[in-house]
Amino acid sequence: MKQKIRVFIEEHLAAREEGIALKDDDNYFELGFVDSLFAVQLVGFIQEEFRIEIKSEDLDLANFYSIDRIVSFIREKKND
Amino acid sequence: MEYDSRQKGIVEEARAFAAREIRPHAAEFDEKGVLPKSLILKLAEKRFLSAPFPAEFGGLGLDPVYYGRMIEEIGKACCSTRTLITVHTSLVGETLLRWGTPKQKSTWLPMMASGEKIGVFALSEPEAGSDAREIRTSYAKKGDRFFLNGRKKWVSFGEIADFFLAVARGEQGITAFIVERDFDGVKSRPIQGLLACRASHVAEIELDSVAVPEDNILGKVGSGFEYIVHTALDHGRYCAAWGGLGVAQEALEAMVRYARSRSQFGKKIYNFQLVQGMIGDAITRIHAARALCLKAGEMRKNKDRQSITETIIAKYFASRVAMEVARDAVQVHGAIGCTGEYPVERLYREAKILEIIEGTSQIQQELIAKYGLRKYSRHVNKK
Repeated sequence: MKQKIRVFIEEHLAAREEGIALKDDDNYFELGFVDSLFAVQLVGFIQEEFRIEIKSEDLDLANFYSIDRIVSFIREKKND
Repeated sequence: MEYDSRQKGIVEEARAFAAREIRPHAAEFDEKGVLPKSLILKLAEKRFLSAPFPAEFGGLGLDPVYYGRMIEEIGKACCSTRTLITVHTSLVGETLLRWGTPKQKSTWLPMMASGEKIGVFALSEPEAGSDAREIRTSYAKKGDRFFLNGRKKWVSFGEIADFFLAVARGEQGITAFIVERDFDGVKSRPIQGLLACRASHVAEIELDSVAVPEDNILGKVGSGFEYIVHTALDHGRYCAAWGGLGVAQEALEAMVRYARSRSQFGKKIYNFQLVQGMIGDAITRIHAARALCLKAGEMRKNKDRQSITETIIAKYFASRVAMEVARDAVQVHGAIGCTGEYPVERLYREAKILEIIEGTSQIQQELIAKYGLRKYSRHVNKK
């Protein structure tokens, strides 16, 4: 799971961030590594790739700001 | 492409409706700056204002491809009517459908479908256009209510809207609110003298200590920009892409009709190769724009994760094609094309609007370039 998420995020890193080593707990929003469309694209990716439904109450950047946070979020949703 | 006779029938119905109820009056709507309420109710009755909504909310359940084709038919006939669908159905309706709570959806979507309530998107401000993150309209929580203060500008159908999906900033981040016109402190002022789409009832909205209940927050507090605004703009861009295609197609048909009827130097002007050059270019551009719109539609239907980018590409290209084809359509008409006697004069003005709404062409170019700088560089070998 983690590797799939990492590949997606690395594919969406801004060109200027080429070569950076993204850590699992890096907040790519705060670090400015992604553009403004990324958040909504990430939601679409998680829904489709991991077959979970993301609802309005899930719309919190805290669920999505790092690879670790996404993994936790998906695990919680799967256990719901 | 998948054939669906029910959906195809709806598109044909939209074409017939546009020919009967919209196109003959489009110039008058534009001149008077009014889209009649009677037309809005007829659109609602046909469920064109809720075409992509599921039947449970009063919609037709059109998939994105057929919804796009329906928009093209409406957009061919009248930019202002298409704008109503862009803001009411796409920007607001589809965003509510995606992120609304069950209660919000069951409350608002059926009323939007019936035309009882018109919903519009209020993002831009006097000092925040392309740089939408810099909005100054503010909210502050007091008790169980949020108090909004600020000014929104360029709100299409803001003059007649029953509610606004308004975006504001506060301590907890940018948040989207459903602001009802009846709330104390909401005022609207029409913006006159627009270049085109003059029947779009564009207005400036003033929010003066407007108390909004928590139930009227769309999404979560602080999620307004990343999720609500971007979802809304994605739907708006898709609608504008097909609207651009509609303007281009209408201009092409006008160009061809005129070239076949007008004689100069003793023969119909379509015989001149330079006129044929403009017609040939128009057809080629339109076919390319249609291919992009259909591709974006198919990707949206399949929930492809790259559909947002393909929609941006389709919107950028189709609006540019609309401008180019409308420009050449006026050229083929000559002097008479600069008057209101033929629709190409209005189409030319409408095309320019499409290069500005839902993100200017230059903003789209930047987004497309950023996508390409990623896709076609270090990941070029990963497909």
